[in-house]
Amino acid sequence: MDLMKECWTGKINTVTLGATEKEGGTRTSQITVGGETALPFLFKEGDIPHAPVIAMEVLDAEPTDWPEVLKKPFGDALKDPVKWAVKCVEEYKARLICVKLIGTHPDFGNKSAADAAKLVKDILQAVKVPLIILGSGDDEKDNTVLAKASEAAKGEKCLIGDATEKNYKTLAASCLADGHNIIGESPIDINIAKQVNILISEMGFPLDRIVVNPTIGALGYGLEYAYSIMERARNAALLGDKMLSMPFICFVGQEAWRAKEAKATSSEHPEWGDESERGPLWEAQTAVAVLQTGGDILVMRHPKAVEEVRKYIDSLMKKG
Amino acid sequence: MALSGLGIYKLLPKTNCKKCGFPTCLAFAMQLAAKKVSLDKCPDVSQETKKALESASQPPIKLITVGSGDEKLEIGNETVLFRHEEKFYHPTGIGFIIEDTSSEEDIKKALGEINKLDFERVGQRINVNIVGISCESKDASKFQVVVKTVLENTKLALALVSDDASFIAKALEASKERVPLLCGATSANYKEMAKLAKDNKVPLVASAPTLEELETLVKNLNTEGVEDIVLDTGKKSIADKLWDLTQIRRLALKKAFRPFGYPVIAFTQNADKFQEAAEASTYVSKYAGIVMLKNRDPWVVLPILTMRQNIYTDPQKPLQVEAKVYEIGKVEDKSPVIVTTNFSLTYYTVEAEVESSKVPTYIVSCDSEGMSVLTAWAAEKFTAESIAKALESFGIKDKVAHKDLIIPGYVSVLSGKLEEASGWKVTVGPREASGIPVFLRNLTK
Ligand code: SF4
Repeated sequence: MDLMKECWTGKINTVTLGATEKEGGTRTSQITVGGETALPFLFKEGDIPHAPVIAMEVLDAEPTDWPEVLKKPFGDALKDPVKWAVKCVEEYKARLICVKLIGTHPDFGNKSAADAAKLVKDILQAVKVPLIILGSGDDEKDNTVLAKASEAAKGEKCLIGDATEKNYKTLAASCLADGHNIIGESPIDINIAKQVNILISEMGFPLDRIVVNPTIGALGYGLEYAYSIMERARNAALLGDKMLSMPFICFVGQEAWRAKEAKATSSEHPEWGDESERGPLWEAQTAVAVLQTGGDILVMRHPKAVEEVRKYIDSLMKKG
Repeated sequence: MALSGLGIYKLLPKTNCKKCGFPTCLAFAMQLAAKKVSLDKCPDVSQETKKALESASQPPIKLITVGSGDEKLEIGNETVLFRHEEKFYHPTGIGFIIEDTSSEEDIKKALGEINKLDFERVGQRINVNIVGISCESKDASKFQVVVKTVLENTKLALALVSDDASFIAKALEASKERVPLLCGATSANYKEMAKLAKDNKVPLVASAPTLEELETLVKNLNTEGVEDIVLDTGKKSIADKLWDLTQIRRLALKKAFRPFGYPVIAFTQNADKFQEAAEASTYVSKYAGIVMLKNRDPWVVLPILTMRQNIYTDPQKPLQVEAKVYEIGKVEDKSPVIVTTNFSLTYYTVEAEVESSKVPTYIVSCDSEGMSVLTAWAAEKFTAESIAKALESFGIKDKVAHKDLIIPGYVSVLSGKLEEASGWKVTVGPREASGIPVFLRNLTK
């Protein structure tokens, strides 16, 4: 019997987040993702030089729709994004923080771009790990907010998003000017994913500073769509498609915690068991699926889910 | 692996004698490849050719059935490595092992819990499938008694777990009608196990620590006349198991490697609940035909079953919900009315957001042939007329004392026409379902 080893010709781009003093930033650590020349965790037929990494999510406004199980570990820190970020790094050993500026959304508090920029500066001061910075999803507002946030973090080599097919120019220009990486978002569509990467790169953006957000769904809520889009994209990348050879970022926490099975209490659904375990596991299981299809950066929420997925990644990366 | 017309032609007598009713052997071969005639129309074909064609017409991964009746488990017969290439056909069986040294009371309790791992999601039943009984007592009669207890207390498929054929033989006496999975054959016991499997017409697990040894074992079992086999590569780290599962699937599908043309069973190695769930879901997504678990808490099992449901959904045929009016929460005649499509993902996303808003709401799910809002709108399956017709036929006007309708933000262009066609006052809702809670709460303020 001869084993069937795939000899891929392509390679996922290597993207580095965070600039240390040497690179002109103030981070004390860096995160590198990508570089795979094999399908996820098939170590015997290619390189998987960098383990997938988990970023913990911090919001600039106290979350209103989080269930108790998710709020509890953070306590009062949910009211103070800087404290929240510090807690993630110190207590939960996060190596990457994702600041989501949801509070700048016209419908969720309408904070100003200046507020957002100040917060980014404060967090950069308080924690020394690399940052991911996200807008609120309101195109118009994001164009002013993210421009300011990018400027405030100039030289720190953050990862900023999301650029979309219809709204990428302003963000790409800021990220280029301030030396950041960028997230290209596409709505579970491989052609649009490619198109966004082409558009961004046509502005002179280096391919190895782009990360793709394939917009995943939670376990049980459309997870399989992104699962297959990611598998297709990863196969195409390993076959040599340069415009799909970006690492993936997956917003696992944000999606998983919208699922009824994650949020419902055991008094609402006694047959589903204890929610204090069920919620974090729902998030962890969503993470497992995207890891098996090539997720490189996972943005997550619950400390228990983060810890367990980290363990899972470690056991896989031991390479057997 | 199916042969092409030319491939079949090479095996025919090539005399063009026309006895088959076709002008040439090649013409006959083409019809055979298209499955339009059967081989016996050619009187001169050799025994060898018959055999070759038979094995070529078999599916690359054999369908194996464990159990009998409604709760039988069918695994295997998969055709692709990635679900987007076609689909995955036979969902992974999920099961548990019970040791025969446990007390009768504990066994009954365990089975009660296992039987309850039966849920409904997105309109589909998702449940566990198989109970393994392992002979730890080294006492054949005790094993048999426990097997009987299990038979009486669950309808799920069974697996008999021991590497001692004499124990399995005794258990089979009590359970062979239920077509249990024998677990299993090793290089040391395969002759005895093969005989039991053959005599009782039950499937058999072949266990070997490496792929090479597994190949030898399966060939030996085939020689003994066993064809219903489930493969096992023993205790491994997750990464190594992933490699084995991938190799077995690739070799069976891409190389038509017969010894690996069977489904695979995987036993989780982690006892920790979170890690076990992660391990199990890994095997579910990557090709396992059966995954045997240690933990059976509903919060551990539900996400694994959901993962299976997701992975085994047909990518070509999106799940739909019934087009009708859904009542979310304690609705009354003032409750808002939201309209959406019947694509199940769209519907359930809207439903989840409406639920989280805690505002009782009617959701009118219109028949869009299972397309999402924008796709359906573009394909003219979600139009002013079709929405108006749905409102009328579902009789929503009899349920509420108002005529305010909320439509998805993406189809705001429909507003005017829809007001005309339906007589309802249209409000444009958010584009994304995630905006629903805020929208609904503002509405009722
Ligand atoms: S009967 Fe057989 S040998 Fe004769 S023409 Fe047909 S296929 Fe050829």
